[in-house]
Amino acid sequence: MDTKFELHSSEKVKLTVRDLSFYYGSFQALKHIDLDIPERKVTAFIGPSGCGKSTLLRVFNRMFELYPEQRAEGQVKLDGEDILSKKLDVSLVRAKIGMVFQKPTPFPMSIYDNIAFGIRLFESLPRVEMDERVEWALKKAALWGEVKDKLTQNGSSLSGGQQQRLCIARGIAIKPEVLLLDEPCSALDPISTGKIEELIHELKADYTVMIVTHNMQQAARCSDYTAYMYLGDLIEFGPTNDVFTKPKRKDTEDYITGRFG
Amino acid sequence: MTDKHLSTQFDNELSGISTRVLEMGGLVESQVAQAVFALSTFSTEVATQVLKAEERVNQMEVEIDRDLSTIIARRQPTARDLRLLIAVSKTIANLERIGDEAARIARTVQRLLNSGMSSRMRLPVGDLTFECELATKQLRKVLDAFARLDVDAAVDVLRHDDQIDQEFDGLMRKLITYMMEDPRTISSSIDLVFVAKAIERVGDHAKNLAEQIIYIVKGTDVRHNSVDTIEDLVR
Repeated sequence: MDTKFELHSSEKVKLTVRDLSFYYGSFQALKHIDLDIPERKVTAFIGPSGCGKSTLLRVFNRMFELYPEQRAEGQVKLDGEDILSKKLDVSLVRAKIGMVFQKPTPFPMSIYDNIAFGIRLFESLPRVEMDERVEWALKKAALWGEVKDKLTQNGSSLSGGQQQRLCIARGIAIKPEVLLLDEPCSALDPISTGKIEELIHELKADYTVMIVTHNMQQAARCSDYTAYMYLGDLIEFGPTNDVFTKPKRKDTEDYITGRFG
Repeated sequence: MTDKHLSTQFDNELSGISTRVLEMGGLVESQVAQAVFALSTFSTEVATQVLKAEERVNQMEVEIDRDLSTIIARRQPTARDLRLLIAVSKTIANLERIGDEAARIARTVQRLLNSGMSSRMRLPVGDLTFECELATKQLRKVLDAFARLDVDAAVDVLRHDDQIDQEFDGLMRKLITYMMEDPRTISSSIDLVFVAKAIERVGDHAKNLAEQIIYIVKGTDVRHNSVDTIEDLVR
């Protein structure tokens, strides 16, 4: 089955979502979502609270499985492989699809170990290679310069913006293919937000990035594609340039121009 | 734009800026009419008034532009709000140039009168008045369409621009005949050619305004297309 929102033919599809529904108990939070996420592009999800955008992200790395009353129906395929299949080990899914949350969640350990922790779950690297990987991840996350002299300090000693970049570094250290960012900047000041947005821009060279944000200007600034969701439905999906200048649906227009309510 | 923003202040800012665009439009429309009136009545006073009004028009353009920057900086408008503000920016630039054309006509009138032109020379001033009526009618219609964001009316303005062009061509042939028949009218006739060209430019600016209205409402940039193509695009 095809989605009604076609990607440009030059885009390679990374994640295919077909007829995806999601339930919190008896409440249906996602309603038959069909969507193609382009590879190595930034896709932003916007919409009012409760529209299902965070839920959708949580489905993409099976975060919901921690809660027995939550279930997903339909298909989410990563490069053709159904990641919702019970046969696929959830930790393998999360190794390919990393996630960063709204509040920075550094582990209560050193900055170095924060990064090394995830890597050790999947790979056993010799010390030198581990050092290199940690440095690589911190450099990718634009944090290396600020922490290279205090790698043994506790991760929680960093500022909020630095902690969030540490979490992004931790996310990319295991070399995932997809990075999910759930409101990564909502607890940060404009300078830190700017650094994260710059980082997002650089990350898309290697990763497929999906970002949920309440800040529409942020979606406009850093995404290539924008999806507008409302009450569990995907209302509109298209190139960010079009969505923010000439949206196809009046619902989208009302929301992004602040006429919603 | 009937439905309101969550922020009433934003609504007020947008409707305020539209109102001032219409005010500026009304001003330049009367400037053009007055400039040609000055020509047909051989009145230097009226021509001077037109030149005075030009300062006001320029000032309005600067003020509206400043407010546009403020709104964009503070509200970060998107979609049709963004399109409205971009269109306003272009619209006021066009209106200011209509004001310039009116001033150009007024200055030509002053020069003609100073050089001794009078009704005895029987130049086709009446035809100029007719061309001017067509142009100001277009201008009024397009401002009206802007106020109501009426795409059909805007397309109508685009369709009628031909009339002014035809009138201009006719006038040109007539003035050439005058000049051939009586070389003493050459100097004045050339001035009238400039006036006719200025009026024709007013029509072109009205056309640009109409294209901006379509952009606001439909989000489609219809510039540099034939009227038939535009009709297809907005349907």
